[in-house]
Amino acid sequence: MAATARDPMANHSDFQEVENAEDLFPELTGGPREEADSSGERSNGPKLDFDDDADDLFAEATEEVSLDSPERDVLLSDGPSPAITPVTPPTSVLTPRLAHAHDDMFTHSSFDELEEEESSEASAVAVSVSDPEKVGEGMNAYMAYKVTTKAPPSSALFRLPEFSVRRRFSDFLGLHGKLASKYMHAGYIVPPAPEKSIVGMTKVKVGKEDPSSNEFVEKRRLALERYLMRTVQHPVLLKDPDLVQFLESSELPRAINTQALSGAGLLRMVNKAADAVNKMTIKMNESDAWFEEKQQHFENLDAQLRKVHASVESLVCHRKELSQNTAQFAKSAAMLGNSEDHTALSRALSQLAEVEEKMEQQYQQQANADFFLLAELLGDYVRLLAAVKGVFEQRVKAWQKWQDTQLLLQRKREAEVKLHFSNKPDKLQQAKDDIKEEIEELEGKVQQGERDFEHISRVIRREVSRFEKERVKDFKILVTNYLEALALTQQQLIKYWEAFLPEAKAIS
Amino acid sequence: MTATLDDRDKEKMRSVSVDLNHDASLLIDIPDALCERDKVKFTVHTKTTLTAFQKPEISVPRQHEDFIWLHDTLVETEDYAGLIIPPAPPKPDFESPREKMHKLGEGEATMTKEEYTKMKQELEAEYLAVFKKTVQVHEVFLQRLSSHPILSKDRNFQIFLEYDQDLSVRRKNAKEMFGGFFKNMVKSADEVLISGIKEVDDFFEQEKTFLLDYYSKIKDSTAKAEKMTRTHKNIADDYIQISATLNGLSAEDTTANRKHMEKLSDLFEKLRKVEGRVASDQELKLTELLRYYMRDIQAAKDLLYRRARALVDYENSNKALDKARLKSKDIPQAEEHQQQCLQKFDKLSESGKKELTSFKGRRVVAFRKNLVEMAELEIKHAKNNVALLQGCIELLKNN
Repeated sequence: MAATARDPMANHSDFQEVENAEDLFPELTGGPREEADSSGERSNGPKLDFDDDADDLFAEATEEVSLDSPERDVLLSDGPSPAITPVTPPTSVLTPRLAHAHDDMFTHSSFDELEEEESSEASAVAVSVSDPEKVGEGMNAYMAYKVTTKAPPSSALFRLPEFSVRRRFSDFLGLHGKLASKYMHAGYIVPPAPEKSIVGMTKVKVGKEDPSSNEFVEKRRLALERYLMRTVQHPVLLKDPDLVQFLESSELPRAINTQALSGAGLLRMVNKAADAVNKMTIKMNESDAWFEEKQQHFENLDAQLRKVHASVESLVCHRKELSQNTAQFAKSAAMLGNSEDHTALSRALSQLAEVEEKMEQQYQQQANADFFLLAELLGDYVRLLAAVKGVFEQRVKAWQKWQDTQLLLQRKREAEVKLHFSNKPDKLQQAKDDIKEEIEELEGKVQQGERDFEHISRVIRREVSRFEKERVKDFKILVTNYLEALALTQQQLIKYWEAFLPEAKAIS
Repeated sequence: MTATLDDRDKEKMRSVSVDLNHDASLLIDIPDALCERDKVKFTVHTKTTLTAFQKPEISVPRQHEDFIWLHDTLVETEDYAGLIIPPAPPKPDFESPREKMHKLGEGEATMTKEEYTKMKQELEAEYLAVFKKTVQVHEVFLQRLSSHPILSKDRNFQIFLEYDQDLSVRRKNAKEMFGGFFKNMVKSADEVLISGIKEVDDFFEQEKTFLLDYYSKIKDSTAKAEKMTRTHKNIADDYIQISATLNGLSAEDTTANRKHMEKLSDLFEKLRKVEGRVASDQELKLTELLRYYMRDIQAAKDLLYRRARALVDYENSNKALDKARLKSKDIPQAEEHQQQCLQKFDKLSESGKKELTSFKGRRVVAFRKNLVEMAELEIKHAKNNVALLQGCIELLKNN
């Protein structure tokens, strides 16, 4: 205690010195770390601690201050927020607060700085997916894609500033699986991987080099690229060793558990169903209006996005139809021109046929723009919102777990009391000791549960803020690109018709 | 719903048919029309300096069936066998807007108020477009007749323009007289007879080949153009949907996206107006053009048919004359008959040649006019689109 009271100044004068922070806040590092080892998680997987404790610890520390931020003040006045419910000795909570109490502005700006640092670091990394190549023949064939990463040396994440590897679709799914299992339950919005498509892939496997299977491969390539870009843009995910391995290492163990009908696949389906049931049965006492509000907001957003997506898909369909109909008309007009016996008119009709042919191509391009620049973006966000909803659900699960543990503790305490009044003296002492041990363990677990819950709540707040920023940026860029593509096709149309006009006027 | 077409509208509409003779002594137009359920009542207005008419200016109400009656009587008049009878105007077809109205009624529950209003506006615009088109097509039919040196003098035509009472009584009489079989017969025997005949005249040989081939091509082009125009309309409808759903999205959003989505929704609303006009202009200048001339070529084919029939009659009369000479019986009658057939055939050939030549001229001029106008409109609309898109891009970038 004394140590913590003495040294806070040293800490926030130098934010880079994260090592000090570790020592300064033993409660924060000590407790969770023990838990991490005893938990069933993989060692490099985070529970509350991540490989770079430093990073998150630091984030934790600054997050604590957000308790003092204006929005939180409003909430605090309304009622007790979970973090302040006097279940656990609030040492871990209060101490940092005291330490930073008079430094709101300072640490606030530091929080923003940190975000900017992280996001600028993340956005400096660029990934591209290219050169799809079919490997193998028949039903065992698959497409391999070239994944190229470019990272500034300052990021110190990779061995080289630029490098490539070859990956197949199931590798991407495997990566997502790992990231999701590591980070989602801690509240991180892990970008969803592109969807499987049995129909699409079968066509490719069968080996038809037709435009629809080419379109499918192109669609998938772009989707994979967007998926990787979103993942590397995430400052926390970028540092994950699985991601680094995926991007860097030339050989990657086959991700066998990604097949839809495999054992793992079935397990996933069962889990999803269980989650759905849980969602319906868990009623959380939401004391934080922010979460309720945000959850509602995302539900509404999701509903609206889906509507827009559906109407854009209809547009894509009709645009393709227009392209086909225009092609048919062009052929017919050419035939009519051939049949026409008046020379000048015949020539004009042939020219008309040519213009319509060019229009057909422009419409096809417009359809592509409609699809790749607009429809796919909307589809991505529908899936991303599902991931966002997922982390909200994880928070509810964390709360549930905490509550369950509390309930268990309560029962054990009641059992302890009963023991005091029981009549079996010989077993009594042993039982008393046992139960005391259990109670201590449970008390620890309850504390942990509360901390987990607080942590996930904090992470979600940050993630949501980041997500909203990214969303605005994404939409603006992609919408602008889409409109520019449309403007280009219209300008082409002008050219074609302007070239045709003198031909039409030449008819006499 | 009464639609009154002002001069500006009519100028725009007077597109498809171009007459080479414009006789000021007989001017006809359809200044307004009334739409009751599915029946359209046209007001036919005539201004004439000809003494054959009772009054210098007349206005009468006419139904579509009256136009058909007039057309059929002209077709079945022997004297006009050597003329291309202008094709009858097609029946007013409100199928498409009616279908849309049905869909609108069904989907009312699921749409937002805005969406519903917009779709209703679209529906009304489409209804009006169909209406305008049918008025134009009926008007053009009458104008073709009035500018034809021979047909304009037809007695039934005059009755049609003048008779101030219901024509339906007269119509029934006409039906009784001709039975209505003739037309059906013509249609089925048409192709076979025309192609089977041994042609002596180069001009007609060429025309025959040309018209038969051209007819099938233009029929195909008309169908394909119709499909194209319909898809354009579908896209305009999609734009309405997108605009409405974007509105919904922007209402939900609290970030800067809100404004972006609002602007985008606005843009799509404007784009759909342009797209709608592209569709209707294409319909009018291209699809209608092709459709009209398809029917006109059918009328030209009918002329060839009648001439072919006359040739067959003439050849048969020759054979009959030979037989009579052999039998030395009824020679004068056979000679007389043969002479009549020859005269008829020659008359048809002569008038037919004139008609077909002027028909070609008319067709070329009409195509030129419409293709030029269509190209100009496409350019105008594309430029509009570019301006709208770039405007929106600017707004987004500056935000």
